[in-house]
Amino acid sequence: MRVGVVTFPGSNCDADAQRAIDGVDGLRAVRLWHGDADLAGVDAVVLPGGFSWGDYLRPGAIARVAPIVQELRRFADAGGPVLGICNGFQILCEAGLLPGALQPNRDGRFRCMDVWVKAEGRACAWLPPLSRPLRLPIAHAHGAWTAPEPELQACEDRGQLVLRYVTATGERADAANPNGSARDVAGVCNAAGNVLGLMPHPERAVHADLGSTDGLHLLTALLGRSA
Amino acid sequence: MRAHVRVTLRPGLLDPEARAVHASLQHLGFDEVEAVVIARTFTLELPDGTPVERVQAMARDLLANPVLDDVSIAIDEDPPCA
Repeated sequence: MRVGVVTFPGSNCDADAQRAIDGVDGLRAVRLWHGDADLAGVDAVVLPGGFSWGDYLRPGAIARVAPIVQELRRFADAGGPVLGICNGFQILCEAGLLPGALQPNRDGRFRCMDVWVKAEGRACAWLPPLSRPLRLPIAHAHGAWTAPEPELQACEDRGQLVLRYVTATGERADAANPNGSARDVAGVCNAAGNVLGLMPHPERAVHADLGSTDGLHLLTALLGRSA
Repeated sequence: MRAHVRVTLRPGLLDPEARAVHASLQHLGFDEVEAVVIARTFTLELPDGTPVERVQAMARDLLANPVLDDVSIAIDEDPPCA
């Protein structure tokens, strides 16, 4: 399976994402540029983390105008799997491919730490719910996902709130939420279930030396089989 | 009273953010845009009768950088009830 990794000016996790994808048996990364007019026939697309366009205007607001995002829109509308990580999540929200928006962290701080998240929403077509929480790193200033109340509840009812911050033992708790996101959301998918955005960085948790291999679960899920 | 302090980058200084917004508007087909200026407005709730010099000092000391920014101050003596 060929996985496109899109680089925008200011992306800084693209090489990490490439390396992590290439480390999964059955996945091969294909580097794409924001100005590319097509997706080179890839089977899935990852929008990596970083600070595209220096977070001008709002994180992701300028990147979403990039030519490749118009192609990505067609790809997503046709059911292609898309994973947005951190800034990639912000871009997908700004592009309207995911519901809601990302606000500054509630404490005003850049949070760089490991968190626990639980995959429990049932709407994502390629990420099944998991009984055990995953340990993944975060590094962001604008990670508080939010949506207006009717939309929030609709996302909840449809199972789109796919990943939530939890304690190490898997329970919801305000103290386990690093940024103040609505309903402890760490990741959301679209109604169709093929587009997923999350604030944690699975590509930084793919080797024991990095402190966790739980990121492999998310990347492997793109293949449609569990790790 | 209420003071609105509007801070903009001085004309002629490079503003990459405004340039990026301008280019993005053009990408979206808004070709008629000739220039973009990004401004920040600080709305300050103040006791009635606060001298405008106090607000100017706030702009000078914190809200704006006198090297980079232009500042305009508008005072609402009688703001509508919230």
